[in-house]
Amino acid sequence: MTQVNRLKDGKIDRTQTLNFTFDGKSYQGHGGDTLASALLANNVRLMGRSFKYHRPRGPLTAGSEEPNALVELRSGARQEPNTRATTAELFEGLSANSQNRWPSLKFDAMAINDRFSNFLTAGFYYKTFMWPAAFWEKVYEPIIRKAAGLGSLSMQADPDEYDKGFRHCDLLIIGAGPSGIMAALTAGRSGAQVIIADEDFAFGGRLNSETFAINDEAADIWVQASIAELSALPNVRLMTRTTVIGAFDHGIYGAVERVSDHLIQPDSGKPRQVLWRIYAAKTILAAGATERPIAFENNDRPGIMLASAIRSYANRWAATPAQRIAIFTNNDDGHRTATDLYAAGVKIAAVIDTRADAPSSLDYEVLQGAQVTDTKGRLGLSFAEVELADGSMRTIECNAMGVSGGWNPNVHLTCHQRGRPTWDEGLAAFVPGGILPPGMSVTGAALGHLSTHGALETGVKAAKAALGLKGRTAKLPSAEDAPVTQTPFWYVEGCSRAWLDQQNDVTVKDVKLSHQEGFRSVEHLKRYTTLGMATDQGKTSNLGGLAIMAELAGKSIPEVGTTIFRPPYTPTAIGVMAGRIRGMDFHPTRLTPSHYWAKERGAVFVEVGNWLRAQWFPIEGETHWRQSVDREVAATRASVGVCDCTTLGKIDVQGTDAAAFLNKVYCNGFTKLAVGKVRYGLMLREDGIAMDDGTAARLDEDHFVVTTTTANAGKVYQHMEFVRQCLYPDLDVQLISTTESWAQYAVAGPNSRALLQKVVDADYDITNEGFPFMACANITVCGGLRARLFRISFSGELAFEVAVPARYGDALMRKLMVEGEEFNVTPYGTEALGVMRIEKGHAAGNELNGTTTALNLGMGRMVSKVKDSIGSKLSEREGLNEPDALKMIGIKPIDGNDKVTAGGHLMNKDGPVDAAHDQGYVTSAAFSPSLNSMIGLGFLKNGDERLGEKMRLVSPVTDLNVDVEIVSAHFIDPEGGRQRA
Amino acid sequence: MIINHPLLGPRDSAEFVYLGDASLIERPDPAAETALADFVDYAYMRENPAGSLRELWFHEAGDRSWLVVTRNTMTHEISDVQMARDVARKIGCSK
Repeated sequence: MTQVNRLKDGKIDRTQTLNFTFDGKSYQGHGGDTLASALLANNVRLMGRSFKYHRPRGPLTAGSEEPNALVELRSGARQEPNTRATTAELFEGLSANSQNRWPSLKFDAMAINDRFSNFLTAGFYYKTFMWPAAFWEKVYEPIIRKAAGLGSLSMQADPDEYDKGFRHCDLLIIGAGPSGIMAALTAGRSGAQVIIADEDFAFGGRLNSETFAINDEAADIWVQASIAELSALPNVRLMTRTTVIGAFDHGIYGAVERVSDHLIQPDSGKPRQVLWRIYAAKTILAAGATERPIAFENNDRPGIMLASAIRSYANRWAATPAQRIAIFTNNDDGHRTATDLYAAGVKIAAVIDTRADAPSSLDYEVLQGAQVTDTKGRLGLSFAEVELADGSMRTIECNAMGVSGGWNPNVHLTCHQRGRPTWDEGLAAFVPGGILPPGMSVTGAALGHLSTHGALETGVKAAKAALGLKGRTAKLPSAEDAPVTQTPFWYVEGCSRAWLDQQNDVTVKDVKLSHQEGFRSVEHLKRYTTLGMATDQGKTSNLGGLAIMAELAGKSIPEVGTTIFRPPYTPTAIGVMAGRIRGMDFHPTRLTPSHYWAKERGAVFVEVGNWLRAQWFPIEGETHWRQSVDREVAATRASVGVCDCTTLGKIDVQGTDAAAFLNKVYCNGFTKLAVGKVRYGLMLREDGIAMDDGTAARLDEDHFVVTTTTANAGKVYQHMEFVRQCLYPDLDVQLISTTESWAQYAVAGPNSRALLQKVVDADYDITNEGFPFMACANITVCGGLRARLFRISFSGELAFEVAVPARYGDALMRKLMVEGEEFNVTPYGTEALGVMRIEKGHAAGNELNGTTTALNLGMGRMVSKVKDSIGSKLSEREGLNEPDALKMIGIKPIDGNDKVTAGGHLMNKDGPVDAAHDQGYVTSAAFSPSLNSMIGLGFLKNGDERLGEKMRLVSPVTDLNVDVEIVSAHFIDPEGGRQRA
Repeated sequence: MIINHPLLGPRDSAEFVYLGDASLIERPDPAAETALADFVDYAYMRENPAGSLRELWFHEAGDRSWLVVTRNTMTHEISDVQMARDVARKIGCSK
């Protein structure tokens, strides 16, 4: 039994036979089929189970508005849930599975929900899972999670790649139906840069599904000729399989191109999908219209579809859902389906038209003034109950039914800038209105011009207007221009379990209940009943719900209004939003010039900002990071260590007002700093809180080099430019970031000078007399290589930082290792750096944490009173200068084996341990190899006057409660003798 | 969004970093008698209009200019873009 429902003709490629499986069973289809059309051709109507009641469902539509026929496409890592069978292109080897059923699609145990439907009405979740609160996590949520959602994820990483791209055009045309094509021809012939995009894999729009003639021959001839003409124009770009998902600000549109979704897997080097950002000077929305259903009792059985969808399957895909079909309509368009099906040899059971004056037919029976009141059939439609005009009932045998309630213009993209559509009485539908996104115009069915002639005519007009084209319009192709009137007919009187929203199982009864319970605004209705939510966003259901709401409220539909239309137009994969920005490519990875040297040494790296920095350098025999770090600290303090500090932000400040400028951004003074000297600088935010710290080295009267912390480099630069451009625009000063231009190394320890003397050229005196603590100079190293030398110390030891142009960084590091062999030179990483700065009591990011002031940091007196600087005024605020303000202190456990952890809080030795009696907290902690115990830095109320006090350090989170002593933050060499040696 | 940079022409807003209300240019006189109160207002008080707002944007991925962009917060329509330096000079900022 293969393809028993395949008709003659159609636009499929019968020379191509494609094998595929659905729920493990093998079928065949043809090139040009969708999964849905191929299944229908194989007499498969049942494609899924509904969300709440697990009712059997088949496709309602033949396009992206599909609520029911959602499947899991492919398997393994490429498994893709909630894929619409109506848009999934068939390919050889396609495998799909139905969703939301167990154990099988034909027998679904959860269908029991349907029997309990009285308990599962609108607001079910809100009413049921209210109490007790403790049940939420353990009982309700797992139940809901299991029952909710349709498809399942593979739980494996997506193996495919997604890209992003940028395109620009004079005119973007959204939709390649008759109107879009006509607009593209008009614009393309004028020479304008045009992009025309359509979500379908074939251009032509509705013409692909109709038997209309254009210029008195098959419309397809005009479509193919137009595509050929457009393809030959170099200024026109045709994008198939491309959905414009959103209209964003200033003429920017998002579009997803499904490059490889129609293939079993992407061709080598090709992405699966591309997210285009299209910059369009003007836009024409030619998105067409979507047919709307009529609600009646049990209108959701497989086989009951939109009449236009059945027509599409028959005319385009040569497939029919059944051999005996009834039509239920309130307008003339429904009759087109009957006519086309009849011509294709399908038996028309009857055309049931709600209008008493409906046109009759010689070919089949038309029941005028009749309505469908109920249907029967277990896993698909078998019979329809029809109430005739005279009130009598008739049972009609049919295995499919086409329902037509009229057409709704696809206004979605006109509303993405929060515009609202307006109500058209003649169409009984919303049409574009109010304020459209700037530069957008609408044509064809999307505008409410539902005839082919109207589509062509508005397409030309809009293109001419958008591009300001003058001159005579070429003769329009001739096409049908049937007048279209639509009268409202939303649901059959007396129905209750009549589905409005098949995706969310919302019935007419649910909308009535929602209204009865007081949820009367459309936005409330949507959230209470879930009408219009999920993957289809109510494209076929919203208006029916609004109409019933309006009727109950005694208002008109426009008075009730619509919910807000938001992007994306159709479901969009998170993968394409991310593009290549995933995993390690989520942000750039920055490597220092000596990275590969560090890697050769077996360094363990840590991410700091975007940088990879060596954290420690394990050597043979070391099995724990602490062994490496303790060794690095001890070796540096005993002889000499080298640390890569290239990642610190470096900002070059030049100009006659450079010192005056630094006086503004640092709270301490810089004008008196002598050339050849370095000074520590503390930068405040305007609110008086510390922003960042670093050093400023004066290389010349008008030249400073400023350092920032690694993580804040960008932010500090931005702040300095703000001060320069926005506050003091006439200062003669220029800034540039030179972080990447210089490789910089800290050489620290008692032998650092001896080591550097082997590297620094002999012309330069770096003895303590010639180059004292806090000196800086432009020098040369290694026989003439320009370099900068700074005598600054983060470790507290005699130390230097030497900088060379970045391309020499690797060579300098290797040179230092070779020349340092006699001193047992030891490279150290960020952990040892951190331990040594805690031992020395230097504040870092943990202390400059966005809540601390200069006073808290023990630098209150640095804030100059003789000059104004950013943050100096608000530093004076009373609240920041309370007598018991937090002060930075050191913490030492009384029992040297006890732990000290950052985040722990300080409590008085006696007294309650609670937040109300909190005395301070620990910001940094480390094991100090020099003191052979853990130590910490932190902030304590009035801390500078409490040195020697015994306190408790508690952390309820980690069950820490130890006795500690408050000490000076300077654990090592508090007098600073070493760094001045 | 597209910001029409006075020197570089139309640029995508993704190239910029946003700071906020351009009133930050109007830093109070620290020598004034009411300086402390003035600075509290300057640091913390912002208008939050549903409509036209002058804002500071930094062209971080470009020429590192600070711009004053007049943007309608309801529609995102940008009606004016100026170099922040020029705006600052107009209100008397100098050295």
